[in-house]
Amino acid sequence: MLRRYSVPMLLILAGGLLTYCAYEEMLGLYTLSVLMFMGINIILSTSLNLVNGYMGEFSCGHAGFMCVGAYVSSILGVLLFTKDKVFGEPWLDPSLALYAFPLIILAGGAAAAVAGLLVAIPSYKTRGDYLAIITIAANYIIISLIQNIDTVGGSRGFMGMKSVISSMEDAADLPWMVIWVFIFTVFTVWVLRRYVSSTFGKGVSAICQDEVAAEIMSVNTNKIKTISFMVSSGLAGIGGALFAYVIGYVNPGSFNILKSTEVLVMVYLGGMGSLSGSVLSAVLFTVLLEALRPLQIIKWIVIPLLLVVLMQFRPEGIMGNKELGDIFPWLKRFYRFK
Amino acid sequence: MMTQTQTQAESSPVLEIQGLTQRFGGLTAVNDFNVALQPGELAGLIGPNGAGKTTVFNLVSGFYQPSEGAIRIGGKPTAGLKPHKVTALGVARTFQNIRLWNEMSVLDNIRVAQHGTLGYGFFHAVARSRTYQAREAEIEREARELLEVFQLDKYADELPKNLPYGLQRKVEIVRALSEKPKLLLLDEPAAGLNSVDIQELIRLVRWIHETFPVTIWMIEHHMDVMMELCQRIKVIDFGQTIAEGTPEVIRNHPAVITAYLGDDQI
Repeated sequence: MLRRYSVPMLLILAGGLLTYCAYEEMLGLYTLSVLMFMGINIILSTSLNLVNGYMGEFSCGHAGFMCVGAYVSSILGVLLFTKDKVFGEPWLDPSLALYAFPLIILAGGAAAAVAGLLVAIPSYKTRGDYLAIITIAANYIIISLIQNIDTVGGSRGFMGMKSVISSMEDAADLPWMVIWVFIFTVFTVWVLRRYVSSTFGKGVSAICQDEVAAEIMSVNTNKIKTISFMVSSGLAGIGGALFAYVIGYVNPGSFNILKSTEVLVMVYLGGMGSLSGSVLSAVLFTVLLEALRPLQIIKWIVIPLLLVVLMQFRPEGIMGNKELGDIFPWLKRFYRFK
Repeated sequence: MMTQTQTQAESSPVLEIQGLTQRFGGLTAVNDFNVALQPGELAGLIGPNGAGKTTVFNLVSGFYQPSEGAIRIGGKPTAGLKPHKVTALGVARTFQNIRLWNEMSVLDNIRVAQHGTLGYGFFHAVARSRTYQAREAEIEREARELLEVFQLDKYADELPKNLPYGLQRKVEIVRALSEKPKLLLLDEPAAGLNSVDIQELIRLVRWIHETFPVTIWMIEHHMDVMMELCQRIKVIDFGQTIAEGTPEVIRNHPAVITAYLGDDQI
């Protein structure tokens, strides 16, 4: 009984506590925004781990898919619920924003999943370094495309998302962004965990370990690759959409290859093919970034240096390819994953 | 008309190859290869190194598309099919160099091999639907049963790379069998085994042949294995069929002796 419900209970408790603290303003805005970025980083690193860790491909265009999600959901939100210079009057009553918000975020994810095909289809015939180049190209294509669409602000960026959030807060006074980031973070890990632990999803690891054997042993490798790339980029799109609403402003420049690299660092820090590793490293990385803030620009020397040290002494990352339950077996007494 | 084609399909050989030719650039690896395997047969394919034996297996399992000729499995042509579709027609194989998924348990190796008959997709897996749970329980039960039959159940949670070489071979054969094939292709199953393991392998293959409704076609360099197991052996050299018949016929066939030992009249 305890085993079965411990994880959902814990999550509900944590979510509730977080919401309460945010509502009562026990946590400062700064702490809250760090926590929200933590959640978004968890979404990004776990979703990239599906491709880089479990499937063994090297995708370095994750920020491109984030960008698609961010723009699609931002435009949808602004178009539907706010008065905008370009798009004019809101199409729907702003009080509906409260209910439509998760759908807007999911729509961003869906658009990013479709954009994922840009990488998924070449992956049928290409792999390794060659596919990595294609993923970089995909990242550039997406950014350049948006930079050249003037209706959404081009390289100046796009804003107006804050008013969508304020119309949500007008309808019901709750810290909506905190709630939704928390829910989508849990959702992401939940989807990925269930996917990779099913026999269907183990086909992903089979492709990583021996693609020829996988294809001969009845795994439809093209289908698995398509699904995995679409899931990975779709979840990145959700992460990007939340990112856009948390900041209230998006511009193509913030989704360049540097952002992709940041996500890559989190995946390698946590360990390839370990979801709990990715969660842990996303938390650690976010905290580290904030803790080293006083160092200002020197922080970008210290953090890469830490990576060098990590790769020297623990190249498999914090967790290797093990999950938390494999390292601490006693934990398994308290939870159960179906 | 309908019933006629049906009965034809039923009585047709498990594997039928006609005029199979494979060229890699200027090299003809397999030339005009013909064979028909009847249900329940245990046949062999031998030849010196580079004769084109593994190429024939790669063609049958759909890994290559033939330059010319036709392959039919259970009467159905395999032309243009991806390997996993060919597997769905009832072909399973092992590899010359063992190709197990080394980072997942033996049990998971068997489970992933059931992909062709999963019957559920991504959304079922994420929602843990009833279809998913029923199918997953069934797969696990069948996989454990099969491992028990082959006395591998105590290794179910081991990683294949930690098992001795002979057991890895066995796991690979069991993984192929778990797909319930009509035709099992064994590509040099005795390669790298010591003499004790080879005796074990001979017993294993014979037992599989007697117990499971499967046609076995194997490539092997150890002549004693072939002579002991196969009812019919085909010999190829430079892609050409040079001899065919029972083990006794092959043993004394002049062309085979020349191919293996060379010609003394140079």
